[in-house]
Amino acid sequence: MVTIDCLDKDYKEVCDLVRSSQDSDIKLKNVVGQRYIAAGIGGKNIKIEGVPGNALGAYMDGSNIEVMASVQDAVGDTMNEGKIIVHGSSGDATGYAMRGGKIYINGDAGYRTGIHMKAYKEKFPVIIIGGKVGSFLGEYMAGGILVVLNLAGNKDIVGNFTGVGMHGGKIFLRAKEITSPLPPQVKCEDASEEDLKELETYLVEYAKDFNLNEKNIMDEHFFVLKPNSANPYKRLYTAN
Amino acid sequence: MAINFIEPLYEVVRNQDRCIKCRVCENQCSNEVHRYDSDLKVMLSDETKCVNCHRCVALCPTKALKIVKSDNCFKENANWTQANMTSIYKQADTAGVLLSSMGNPEPLPVYWDKILINASQVTNPPIDPLREPMETRTFLGAKPKDIVKDKSGNIVNNLPPQLELSTPIMFSAMSYGSISYNAHESLARAATELGILYNTGEGGLHEDFYKYGPNTIVQVASGRFGVNKDFLNTGAAIEIKMGQGAKPGIGGHLPGQKVTADVSKTRMIPEGSDAISPAPHHDIYSIEDLRQLVYSLKEASDYKKPVIVKIAAVHNVAVIASGIARSGADIIAIDGFRGGTGAAPTRIRDNVGIPIELALATVDKRLRDEGIRDNVSLVVGGSIRSSADVVKAIALGADACYIATGALLALGCHLCRSCHLGRCNWGIATQRPDLTKRLNPDVGSQRLVNLIEAWTHEIKEMMGGMGINSIEALRGNRLMLRGVGLTEKELEILGIKHAGE
Ligand code: SF4
Ligand code: SF4
Repeated sequence: MVTIDCLDKDYKEVCDLVRSSQDSDIKLKNVVGQRYIAAGIGGKNIKIEGVPGNALGAYMDGSNIEVMASVQDAVGDTMNEGKIIVHGSSGDATGYAMRGGKIYINGDAGYRTGIHMKAYKEKFPVIIIGGKVGSFLGEYMAGGILVVLNLAGNKDIVGNFTGVGMHGGKIFLRAKEITSPLPPQVKCEDASEEDLKELETYLVEYAKDFNLNEKNIMDEHFFVLKPNSANPYKRLYTAN
Repeated sequence: MAINFIEPLYEVVRNQDRCIKCRVCENQCSNEVHRYDSDLKVMLSDETKCVNCHRCVALCPTKALKIVKSDNCFKENANWTQANMTSIYKQADTAGVLLSSMGNPEPLPVYWDKILINASQVTNPPIDPLREPMETRTFLGAKPKDIVKDKSGNIVNNLPPQLELSTPIMFSAMSYGSISYNAHESLARAATELGILYNTGEGGLHEDFYKYGPNTIVQVASGRFGVNKDFLNTGAAIEIKMGQGAKPGIGGHLPGQKVTADVSKTRMIPEGSDAISPAPHHDIYSIEDLRQLVYSLKEASDYKKPVIVKIAAVHNVAVIASGIARSGADIIAIDGFRGGTGAAPTRIRDNVGIPIELALATVDKRLRDEGIRDNVSLVVGGSIRSSADVVKAIALGADACYIATGALLALGCHLCRSCHLGRCNWGIATQRPDLTKRLNPDVGSQRLVNLIEAWTHEIKEMMGGMGINSIEALRGNRLMLRGVGLTEKELEILGIKHAGE
């Protein structure tokens, strides 16, 4: 494993070093807000100490990143494959338009988490948030799975406008009740056996990553949010 | 049954003396206008379905058909035109948002037609392009401000990545999905042969077309369809689509039925699912956010590709462009309000945005005034209809032009403005295999090559007439332009004098 000290290095230098590293196992220490780390990169295992800047792992194509602290905005933007584990919390627009891979956050996530996520064939994106999230969770979601666990047991697990424009995929919310209003595009049900089975595989992995007890996580009620129709805008138009 | 208030705009006129009942028209019309009545032994037509695409007219072997504007009319009213009345009837019938395609058809001013080009007489002789070399080669990208030398006095190459075009024209964004595979292949092959570029639009890049990468601009829009590392690294440039002239402030929506197996593969979304591009990029709320996307794309493509930011021409376009020129983008593409589209809400297409001529003039001036014009190249589109429009655009300050509607016309489009129906009889704006096969890419690409070669020749002739032998010397050369019939204010914005001055 190669260690790169990021102190006093700007983002371009750090990104260049990561990109050109011959060793696929990289440790970045003293990271202070450098952006775009591992953008578009595959085949590397990167451990980050400190807080990376925006767009960590954007367009990432099969690398593994573990961040020991929190991350900023736009983590995993349009990510294609790979995995990002964050021991702290994440900022806004986590996993924007993500097509594949996994983003596991131990803490909370900001606004617009998992918006425009989509699945395609063997590509299936999964985001799991251990805490709560802000508004616009899963807006325009078209595929994959978004999970909010609220392990700290906050009153409001999501903000407003959850799943607006959603037309594919599933959002799981671990809660006894949902206090925030949901839009008409979304239908909210108790998660079925089958849904829970699908979820469990990912939660087992999540629990392991953060050293949590998987049973405690599963031992709570889950709602599942699905789109009301696959073609939400179908009848809006009149040919002119 | 409810009364249908909507009257057909066109009549299908068949000369029964010429009609040989070969039923070609019936086979060719995807709108099912023509039908053979075996009892009466005649061809009949249901003109309520006709969109006036002229496919049947062009293919009728005996020239028995013509489509004429119907003189059947509502009571004349300059305010409540037949079109306005019909819209009301349609919406009262369906409660739907009116959806149209292709560019704004309303009689709003076309400034190109009010601008005239100069020519040399006596004092500064014209140049004959047949005899003397004329340079139309164009480089797009940021230009360095200073010459940097290393310690031993050698010049350091600090040139950011550039696009090289043989002529200042490119094919603008049209997605696979909105247009057919064969249309894309025609554009890609023509661009390659011509030494220019075409643009994938926001629908990703079909695997068969990766080989045209050096002549491809790959587009990243809010839906991020088909965007992955290979896609970003295959193109010669990456375009961030912020807006489109035909529908500023509106996203895209490819209905599920157009997401066929092949389109789904290219967009990387499941077959039959709607492809929705939200109006904004939900990670871009400021120039700083835009900068972040620009640089994340540069990082993902190793700073080897110029990044284009495409915006619609709107009221504040100069200020917005000034921000973009500081965001790290290499090229700004501006799309005027007459730009085409595969589908847009009618009211937006017809009422939102501003003419590209005014947008271009004001952006170029603003960037010059601020001393940042060399930070970016300017590409303009939104109804460039001829080589004369190209010359005028370049003299107003553009580095190159984008054409799309013009390119589709070269492929056979007859501007029936019905792309949103997905039944394009010319095999362009459709995914139906029986229709797409009507467009042969061998023929299509050749027609596009012909068009651009002809325009390039005309551009050279006009330049030669002005005594200019390189496109560089025409760029921003507003002295070569004069306005006719324009107000003081219009001339001021365009930065040109009136004819006779
Ligand atoms: S829609 Fe086109 S092909 Fe059909 S009748 Fe009208 S002009 Fe002919
Ligand atoms: S592309 Fe086809 S449907 Fe669209 S305007 Fe042209 S001919 Fe009509």
